[in-house]
Amino acid sequence: MSEPRTDAKICGMGHSMKRKEDPRFIRGQGRYIDDFVLPGMLYMDIVRSPHAHARIKKIDTTRALKIPGVLAVIDGPTLAKYNLHWMPTISADTQMVLPIDEVMYQAQEVCAVIATERYIAADGVDAVEVEYEPLPVMVDPHKSLAPGAPVLRKDKEGKKDNLAFHWQAGDKADAERALAASDVVISENVYLPRIHVASMETCGCIADFDTAQGKLTVYMTTQAPHAVRTVLALVAGHVGLSEERIRVVSPDIGGGFGGKVPVYPGYVVATFARDYHMKVELGAKKDGTMTSLKIKTVADHGYSNASANPSKFPAGLFSICTGSYDLKHAFCEVDAAYTHKPPGGVAYRCSFRVTEAVHAIERATDALAQKLNMDPAELRMKNFIKPEQFPYKSVLGWEYDSGNYGVALKKAMDIIGYDSLRSEQAEKRKKGELMGIGISSFTEIVGAGPSRDFDILGIKMFDSAEIRVHPTGKAIARFGTKSQGQGHETTYAQIVAEELGIPAAHIQVEEGDTDTAPYGLGTYASRSTPTSGAAAALASRKIRDKAKKIAAHLLEVSEQDLEWEPGKFFVKGAPQMAKTIQECAFAAYTNHPQGMEAGLEAVHYYDPPNLTFPFGSYICVVDIDRGTGDVKVRRFVAVDDCGNIINPMIVEGQIHGGLTQGIGPALYEEISYDDEGNISGGSFMDYYVPTALETPHWETDKTTTPSPHHPFGAKGVGESATVGAPPAIANAVVDALRHLGVTHLDIPITPEKVWTILKNKGVAE
Amino acid sequence: MAKHRISVTINGAAREAEVESRLLLVHLIREVFRMTGTHVGCDTSHCGACTVILDGNPVKSCTVLAVQADGAKITTVEGLEQGGKLHPVQEGFTEKHGLQCGFCTPGMLMTTSALLERNKNPSEQQIREAIAGNLCRCTGYVNIVKAVQYAAEKMR
Repeated sequence: MSEPRTDAKICGMGHSMKRKEDPRFIRGQGRYIDDFVLPGMLYMDIVRSPHAHARIKKIDTTRALKIPGVLAVIDGPTLAKYNLHWMPTISADTQMVLPIDEVMYQAQEVCAVIATERYIAADGVDAVEVEYEPLPVMVDPHKSLAPGAPVLRKDKEGKKDNLAFHWQAGDKADAERALAASDVVISENVYLPRIHVASMETCGCIADFDTAQGKLTVYMTTQAPHAVRTVLALVAGHVGLSEERIRVVSPDIGGGFGGKVPVYPGYVVATFARDYHMKVELGAKKDGTMTSLKIKTVADHGYSNASANPSKFPAGLFSICTGSYDLKHAFCEVDAAYTHKPPGGVAYRCSFRVTEAVHAIERATDALAQKLNMDPAELRMKNFIKPEQFPYKSVLGWEYDSGNYGVALKKAMDIIGYDSLRSEQAEKRKKGELMGIGISSFTEIVGAGPSRDFDILGIKMFDSAEIRVHPTGKAIARFGTKSQGQGHETTYAQIVAEELGIPAAHIQVEEGDTDTAPYGLGTYASRSTPTSGAAAALASRKIRDKAKKIAAHLLEVSEQDLEWEPGKFFVKGAPQMAKTIQECAFAAYTNHPQGMEAGLEAVHYYDPPNLTFPFGSYICVVDIDRGTGDVKVRRFVAVDDCGNIINPMIVEGQIHGGLTQGIGPALYEEISYDDEGNISGGSFMDYYVPTALETPHWETDKTTTPSPHHPFGAKGVGESATVGAPPAIANAVVDALRHLGVTHLDIPITPEKVWTILKNKGVAE
Repeated sequence: MAKHRISVTINGAAREAEVESRLLLVHLIREVFRMTGTHVGCDTSHCGACTVILDGNPVKSCTVLAVQADGAKITTVEGLEQGGKLHPVQEGFTEKHGLQCGFCTPGMLMTTSALLERNKNPSEQQIREAIAGNLCRCTGYVNIVKAVQYAAEKMR
C-alpha cells in the first residue's frame, strides 16, 4: 500500500496524522502515576539491602516509628502473617515480596515505610536499622551452574542445583554433523550485558481500597493491566481479593520498553534486563554458503526467573537465531542460572530475546565473512532466504510469513554509498586512520501470538478491540493493549477510520482501565498492531456488515446491490443512491430494521494465525579516535520493512527511538557487578544513556512487504531497530579494527575497551 | 524542621508558600502548587524532565531548593501557551513528532524555548548541545531537533 485510500478528512491508514495524544502532552496535561492525589493518600518508601547476600539478623523500626507521620513499617514477617511474603513471577517462578531471613541481591526490598508524606517516608527509611550478616556471594552464572556449587534457592524443596531452566530447539546431533562437515567454522563467545530500560518515568503504583464497596482500585504504570488484575486476584485471593472487585488503571505511561510488564515486589524496580553468555558456532562451505549454526547460551537470571516470556518459551523467541539466512541445520540451547543478582532476563524492547538472537547471528555472519575474506554484504546476499521461498519454514520451526531481504540490503547500500565507502576505508587504512562499515540484516518475530503455542500463566495471547458507534456517527474504541508512547490513540483511530470511513478525529481510543476495556495481554514485544490492531479491523468489519444491512433497509434495496467506498454504501450503477456510515449509525438507534438488534457495536478477540516477521537492513559507518578509543557513528542508514504502514510519521519515530536504544547498549550502557555483587550502573550517575550529542542523525527508508495473514498486511515495528542496530554498530567497530586481527568485541564497546586494543596493537596515538 | 515563608511569581501569578528548608523546587511546583506538568524522572540531576525557567534560565528544578527560588520568576510548561496560542516550540513538537510518551517533553520544551530566547537561529549542533542535559528515551532526538528548527523559523 503506497497511497492512502482515504482522504485527509477521514485520515485512514497511510496518513501521517498528527497525534491525538499530543495536545495534552505539550501542555503538561498528561496524567502520569505521580500526578494522582487521592484523599487520604499515604506514601511508601523502601529500605533496600546493601548486600548481595546476607542474613537479616534484626530489623529495628523503633526510631522510624517515632518520626511524626511514619505510620507503619512493613517487613517480611508482617506479610507472612497473611501469607503474602512470596509471589509468583510471570515465568511461574517465585520471588520474595519482602524477605523473612535472607536477602538475595543488592538493592533487594527489605521493608517498606508507610508515611503521610513523601519526605517523611524517606526519613523513615533512613531511620530503620537493619543488622545483616554477610554471606558468600555468587555472581558468575558459569560457577553457579558448575557441579557442587552451593544451592541458592534453598526455598525450593529438593532443589539440588542452580539451574533455573534448560531450553533447546533443533536437532543437536544433526547440527553438529553439519558443522563437522563444513569447510570453515567460526566460533565466537558473544556476551550481551545486563542493561536497563531506563524509561524516563519510573515505575509506581497507588492502591485505593474502598471499604464500603469492597473494591480495590490500583493505579499502576503497567503495560499489561488486565494480566495484572488476574495476577492480583490469584496472589491475594486468599485474603479476600476477588477479580470482579479489582480495577487496574494504567494512566499515561512515560515509556515502558518492557520494563513495565512484570509485577515487582512492592511494585518497585531494582535493576534488570538480560545477560546472555553465548557461544556461537557458524559453519560454511568455501564459497560462503552457510551450512550449520549452533549456539549454547548461559543466561544469568539473578535470584529468580522473572522474565516476561510466553510460558512455552522460557528463552523467548531466541530460536529465530537463524535470522535472515537459509540455514538447513541449526541447534540452540539456553541454560539459565540463578545468581545473587536482581531478577534478570526481563525484557528490554527485545521482542522476547530476539535482540540476543540477532546479535549472535549477525556478529557470527561478519566473523564468517572475515574468515572467508569475503565482503559481508556479499555473504549476506548469498545466504538470504529468497523471496520465492516464502512462506519459509525455518529449521528451528518458525514459518516466516513474508520477506524480501536482498531488496532491503541493496537499498541501504545504495543510500549510504557502500562501494565508495569501502574505497574510502581502504584509503584511510593506508593512512592509519580507523574507519569501519557495519551491516545488520535482521529478521524480527513479533505479534505473539497464536493461542496454540502462546500463553502467559495460562492466559492465551490474543488481544482485543471493542468499538461502539454512537447515534451521531462518532465512535469509542477500547483495547486490551496499553500504549506507553507508541501513539495508539492515533493509530487505532486510523485503523477504524480506514475500515469504517468515520474520520479518525471522531474516534475516541481508550486503553488501560480494566473496568471498561476488553481483556487483553497488553503492549510489549511489538504485538499491538499484529494483535489489537487486527482486532480493530475485524471488529470494524463486523460493524460495517451490520451497517450494510441497515443501508439496504434505508435504501430499500438488497444488500447485494450495495457497494462500499470509505464512508458510504451506494447502489451499484446509481451512486447518487447512497447512505453514509453516519446515516447508518443514526438509523441503528432510530430506525433499525424489524428483527435486527438495535445499536452499532462489535467486539473482537483476535487470535493471530501466525506471528509477523518484520525485517530490515542497517548499515553504519564509524570513525575511531586513535587517541581516546572513542567510537563516533558518522552515518547510520536504516531500511525497515514492517509491511503496510498505519502512520508513516509514527513508524519513523518508533525507528528513530529504537535505533537510539540500540546505540546505547552497543557503545555505552551496562550494569555490571563486582565479586561482592555490588552494582555499578545503578543510576544515571554511572549508567550512560545516549544524549543528543552521541546520537547521530538517523537516516531511514523502507520497503513494503505486507504480511499475508494480517487483516491489513501490517507487521509490528516497535522493536525492529533496538533489535537490529547493536550488531550493525559492533560489526562496524570490528570492521575498523579487523586488519589488526580483531574478530569480535563484546558490547558495550566503550572507549576504554577500544583504546586498550589500540594500545596493545601499538596503534594508539 | 524550620519553615520558611517564600513568595514566587509562577507563570505570571504571585504565589506564596510555607516550606521546609529541604523542599525541592520541583516538589513546590508539583505538590504544593499542584502543577504537575513538570516531571521528575531521576534523582541525580541527569534527565532534565524537571526543567523550568528560573529568572530567565533553564534549571533542573530537582536540584534547586524551594527557598532558593524565593522572590524568583518561574515559568513552567503550563505557562508556555499564551492567550490560547501555543508557543512555537509546542507547535513544533507536535508538527515534527518530537514526542512520544510525553514524559521528557515539558523539560525539553522549557530548555528549547529558553534556547530560542537567546539564539534565534541555532544550528543543529547548537540545538543538540542545548538539549544534551535533557534525556529522551523515545524519539532518538532527530525529530526534537526538527521541532526546534520549526519553532525557530516561526519565531523569526
